[in-house]
Amino acid sequence: MNQVLSLTGEWRVLAPIPTPILPLALEAVSFEARGEPLLNRISLCLEAGPITIVMGPNGAGKSLLLRVCHGLLQPTGGAVTWANNDSKLVRQAQAMVFQRPVLLRRSVAANVEYALSACGQPRRFRKVAVAEILEQAGLLHLAKRSARVLSGGEQQRLALARAWAMKPQLLFLDEPSSNLDPAATRMVEDMIRRIHQDGTKIVMTTHDLGQARRLADEVIFLHGGHLLERTAAQAFFAAPKSQAAAAFLDGQLCW
Amino acid sequence: MNEFNTAFVTAIHLIANLDQELLAIVVLSLQVSLSAVLLAAFIGLPLGAVVAVFRFPGKGLMITCLNALMGLPPVVVGLMVYLMLSRAGPLGELGLLFTPSAMVIAQCVLVTPIIAALTCQTVTDLHKEYDEQLRSLGVGPMRTIVTLLWDGRFSLLTGILAGFGRASAEVGAVIIVGGNINHVTRVMTTTIALETSKGNLALALGLGLILMLLALLVNGAAMAVRDAAQRIYG
Repeated sequence: MNQVLSLTGEWRVLAPIPTPILPLALEAVSFEARGEPLLNRISLCLEAGPITIVMGPNGAGKSLLLRVCHGLLQPTGGAVTWANNDSKLVRQAQAMVFQRPVLLRRSVAANVEYALSACGQPRRFRKVAVAEILEQAGLLHLAKRSARVLSGGEQQRLALARAWAMKPQLLFLDEPSSNLDPAATRMVEDMIRRIHQDGTKIVMTTHDLGQARRLADEVIFLHGGHLLERTAAQAFFAAPKSQAAAAFLDGQLCW
Repeated sequence: MNEFNTAFVTAIHLIANLDQELLAIVVLSLQVSLSAVLLAAFIGLPLGAVVAVFRFPGKGLMITCLNALMGLPPVVVGLMVYLMLSRAGPLGELGLLFTPSAMVIAQCVLVTPIIAALTCQTVTDLHKEYDEQLRSLGVGPMRTIVTLLWDGRFSLLTGILAGFGRASAEVGAVIIVGGNINHVTRVMTTTIALETSKGNLALALGLGLILMLLALLVNGAAMAVRDAAQRIYG
């Protein structure tokens, strides 16, 4: 394995996609299902850099907002615009990790390799890249194990590692640690920080206040499909601008 | 009862001594059914996966039809293939009637809907789980199908084995299109039907035992595959 790792310096050269896809602009984006407005005219600009945490009570539209941004759902109104017009590049330069990690019925290594091949990495570079990313995620010793028999924490770390391997410019995380115990949550948070340090913009939903405090650079607060505020993290937790957010932080917000 | 005992003992002897006639029949049966299932898998796996993954008008109807065709009566398939292959039929030129090829075609028609319908179910379930992740990775429809077929390989294998069980056990289709000609198109099931009516119970019983053993093996294999997959892949 050491031999493989000694090559790690090489693969960085080919990974990052040079042209930026950020900022991402949402203009009056709405989403309706069965006549019910679930997202209500949300305008927002996501720039490269800070960790953005999307907060709000259940049913506020957090996951929906991420899916619309990521292009998994088409908004029923408004426009989602990237800084780059090349739709293939935009797709390959972003990734998403879901609340329940979706892992292929293959080995741990094969899961990462699949993502690399999906974003067009040539076969000869993949093996080294897989080993490097698994090493960083602390999963290298499990490389040959089937991904589906890992523990919940390991599965989520693998899902993160798979996204990380793609070196995305933007990574969406939908409550990545909501099903995990504190130790596993901590490891997931460490990974998120490292992915962020690697230059990836993080947009993440959580309803774990502690986690939001630990990770957030800025907070977007949603309530009932409305964007109520967007505030720098320190200011938000000290004194949120909206009444709903204040009630939410107090644990008194009912939806 | 005595007659039955004698027949049973003779049957065991035939199997134990690898009787030439019996062996030839078993080999032909396996050749026909395995070829039919292989062919059916080539058609049924992609067909089922395409129906499962793509959205198109009439999809529900298509799935209902596939499910209904799983219960297609073998004699009806035999009759249809017979009409196609008979001298006056559209494919009469090929001269395939009463050959093992005709039997392969008939069994393939019988088994393809089974494999396609089971594939469609398996792939639909898997697609529900994988859809967002694959779209997130920017995976196109063709690659999605290949991924789903590969990741569903163990469930799909049990579907293929079910198809093989059906093919090797049916008598109606092969007897019509094969004609049950000695040393040419005589397979286990048709031989059993013929020898029983002739009163030659020993050969019929011997083949019956082998057929049952085969069914047992196929089911055992299906179970072993499922267990292994469960253990290794969770």
